Amino acid sequence: MAAVLVTGLTLSGCQLPTFGAYRGSTSQGQDAFKLWQFFFITGIIVGGFVILLILWSVFRYRRRSDEMPKQTQYHTGVEILYTVIPIVIVLVLFAFTVITENKVDATPPADVTIRVTAFQWGWRFYYPATGKVVTGETTQAPQMVVPTGQSVQIMLGSADVIHGFYVPAFNFSRYAQPGVTASQQRFNFTVLHDGVYRGQCTQLCGLYHSLMFFSVKAVPPAQFQVWVHHLSKNQPSISQLKQEIQANGPGG
Amino acid sequence: MRDESVFLIGVGVFFGIVGLIYWLTAYEDAGGVLLLGTCFLGLVPGLYYYYWYCRFHGRKFFFFGQVGKAVGPRPEDRPDATLAEGAGVVSAFPDSSIWPLVLGSGAFLLVLALVFGYWLAFPGIGLIITALVGVTAESRRGGHV
Amino acid sequence: MTDLVRPALAGVDLHAPEHEEHHGPTGLLKWFTSTDHKVIGMSYTITSVVMFYLAGIMALLIRTQLASPNSSLLSFSQFNALFTMHGSLMLYLFAGPFAFGGLANFIVPIQVGAPDMAFPRLNALSYWLYLTGSITMLLGFFTSSGAAEFGWVAYAPLSNAANSPGAGPDLWIVSLLLTGFSAIFTGVNLVGTIFYLRAPGMTMFRMPVFTWNMLVTGILILIAFPVLTAAVVMLFADRHFGTHIYETTGCHMVGHPNVPAACGVPVLYQHLFWFFGHPEVYILALPYFGIVTEIIPVFSRKPLFGYKGMVFATMAIAALSTGVWAHHMFTTGVVLLPFFSLLSLLIAVPTGIKFFNWIGTMWRGQLSLKTPMLFSLGFLFAFLMGGVTGVMLASPPIDFFTHDTYFVVAHFHQVLFGTAVFAGFAGFYYWFPKMWGRMLNDGLGKWHFWLTFIGFWLTFMPQYGVGLKGMPRRVASYPADLGWQIYNQLSTIGAFIIGLGFLLLLINLLISWRNPVPAGDNPWDGHTLEWFTSSPPPHHNFTHLPPIRSERPTWDYNHPEAPALHHGVPVVGNGNGHHPRDPGGNGSSGKEEKVPT
Repeated sequence: MAAVLVTGLTLSGCQLPTFGAYRGSTSQGQDAFKLWQFFFITGIIVGGFVILLILWSVFRYRRRSDEMPKQTQYHTGVEILYTVIPIVIVLVLFAFTVITENKVDATPPADVTIRVTAFQWGWRFYYPATGKVVTGETTQAPQMVVPTGQSVQIMLGSADVIHGFYVPAFNFSRYAQPGVTASQQRFNFTVLHDGVYRGQCTQLCGLYHSLMFFSVKAVPPAQFQVWVHHLSKNQPSISQLKQEIQANGPGG
Repeated sequence: MRDESVFLIGVGVFFGIVGLIYWLTAYEDAGGVLLLGTCFLGLVPGLYYYYWYCRFHGRKFFFFGQVGKAVGPRPEDRPDATLAEGAGVVSAFPDSSIWPLVLGSGAFLLVLALVFGYWLAFPGIGLIITALVGVTAESRRGGHV
Repeated sequence: MTDLVRPALAGVDLHAPEHEEHHGPTGLLKWFTSTDHKVIGMSYTITSVVMFYLAGIMALLIRTQLASPNSSLLSFSQFNALFTMHGSLMLYLFAGPFAFGGLANFIVPIQVGAPDMAFPRLNALSYWLYLTGSITMLLGFFTSSGAAEFGWVAYAPLSNAANSPGAGPDLWIVSLLLTGFSAIFTGVNLVGTIFYLRAPGMTMFRMPVFTWNMLVTGILILIAFPVLTAAVVMLFADRHFGTHIYETTGCHMVGHPNVPAACGVPVLYQHLFWFFGHPEVYILALPYFGIVTEIIPVFSRKPLFGYKGMVFATMAIAALSTGVWAHHMFTTGVVLLPFFSLLSLLIAVPTGIKFFNWIGTMWRGQLSLKTPMLFSLGFLFAFLMGGVTGVMLASPPIDFFTHDTYFVVAHFHQVLFGTAVFAGFAGFYYWFPKMWGRMLNDGLGKWHFWLTFIGFWLTFMPQYGVGLKGMPRRVASYPADLGWQIYNQLSTIGAFIIGLGFLLLLINLLISWRNPVPAGDNPWDGHTLEWFTSSPPPHHNFTHLPPIRSERPTWDYNHPEAPALHHGVPVVGNGNGHHPRDPGGNGSSGKEEKVPT
């Protein structure tokens, strides 16, 4: 009953609390956020019910006398009940998971494709359509520019160890891995509003892991076109940047 | 014996099925091989226990037919067994032995040889051989150190 | 070597105290040469608790570093080494060995009425491998390049020779070789003991649930640990022998559609590691479920509610746990999401059954809230919270944005703190009288519990919040302008409160050492066979045994007046009823087969 009610509420997009998570600045992120709300409320209901049962047992049945309690060991009805109900809940959760997952994970051809290469300890964003490249490391964090409202496909790879591409506000992260081809490692997102969104590496990747920042800037499509066609000269290569970090520490 | 064999064969069957589903849907080799290995990890000892179950109960063990005279289940498998039935020699247990420590120290030196230099392997292997000889002699002699 | 003669009926006193002196050396030499499972169990317990305190100190250093943004208390390198060793010590050297090497080693043979483990010398070897493995891992701190810095998972290729040079990572790898074999030997020993050395009448479905869980854990060890050992051996080969199993150096793969045939596959390491790693999580959980399942019935004065359901739930958890490894790899983008998601979610079902069984046991009981019971209740709350967030993480779209953030850190700490610390120290307080023959102070134990409990919530709840705000795990510093500081400060305060609680445990141990309070054989009115023998138990554990006619022979023996229970059906009455499903028919009350004491 409660689960159905909650489902209805969350899927109709009612203004429920965020429960600490971001509402999601991409359409995929918003789907993930709704699923999060659904799981969280189910968690509160189920967890709260169990907590109340435990608290009740503790306070109600504290030892008051030396009387021997009834030695009940089995009650088949109750046991079946508390096996079947969790199975049903789990299957409902799984169904919504699959629905959301198919939306979040879908990679149809997008308006803009960006090749992202992570390296120790920075990022390189390459726009194959025009040849635009943005590279930066640690405290000189690079910025990825994307058009607002258009779908973007990221093809993610790594030049050395495993990194994690994570933009908290997008409710999404993905490993950048060596040995996994970029055609396998794709995901799409559509940023809904202009703005700058911070990102960070999530997977431990060595000494300066905690400084491996980047940001995503969403701008109107026209402005994006101007930006992406403006090619800057003298972009440092990844190996140049890595040598700099080795020599001078983070921030060059 | 029966519960033990059912338990282990159950492990084998479960991972056989899961492994098959995984193999057919995931197109990923490592997990498939590991699940298959786990399937055998259950099946092999499970069938061994089933063999003993068949022996104790005078049942047929697949196409091998009758594998032994029925002697009935062990006392620990019978809910009505009395303690008197289990009385007698259970097994020979060593009281104390220095050899596990020697063997462990040998293994310690052997793995440290991988890190700090291969010369450490010589005392390591020496200790391991000493311990293996010692533990064998100890078992034959039947006394403690 | 002695032929063990099982004590039979009527108080055949085969191991009277005056014979004790003949059983091997005493003093320090005893600890070096003993093959007695009790001595080895105590060695294991002491060593693993030392590892716990060391790892705890590392946790406090980590938390102190994170209490302020851009902190420079520790260098990045020191910080990375500390969280790597904190995780490695806690998971490989404390939580597992404490359960299956320490408590199970001591308790399981006694619970099934066995004189020792099935392979006593192998058992001793397990301990020595564990001890030398622990020393090996700690040696990393004393090498010139410091300890390993790649996290307790050592993902390739971060753990390869180029990215993690030096002796520290090598020591980490060979330490896992030693402790891995140690765990495998203990697993074999547990399974062998439980299958072959049970006392007459101790059928599989009369074994205490702790023993059941250790059997399942033993099987899980045999499934999981060889895979880890193989994985780290291959890692070592990649580092030093030039193999290309995980190694990709020299291959240009970024953006190339086809992987060159000569290249290694880094993601293989993750598959192998987590094929070990997730069963490992349950190797670290099931023994502790078992401990709680022993304690709650004893302190509720009731039998375990739904014994068989509990056993099957344990099996189901173990079975499912081996099919969910890739839920640690959802964000790799190369695993089959629905398969792993469904199996991971399904683990909630048997875990839920266990919860309801524990509650059903307390229901209408007579709860006495002594220290072991308090810690067990602490476990229930902690594990419930960790379980609920675990269900969230089993859903890939949610995992995508919480993976590798502090949300996950909070989740697995609540799970593992719930099991290894709350349930683990519940077991410690519960069996301490049996191990040492003396009590721990209950009042001080309660203080220990409340400080740990408060500190626990204060430490880990803010981590959920800061994780959702986007703080990644394993970061040595964080920017000041993101509002993460207050969460981290609360967390640090909580960690120090936990530390204070564990200082009280040390004081408690000191008191019991200086002013021992004799425990007696059965201080808690226990159910299982370990409470029938003396504290500490004699050589080969028993001088006599009660008749085993139910899951709780000692209780039956001590409470002939109570209504008895038979297989699956509650019997209301005076207990000498002849139940049709009990073929022996001589009741469970111990009346007809009383053993003179």
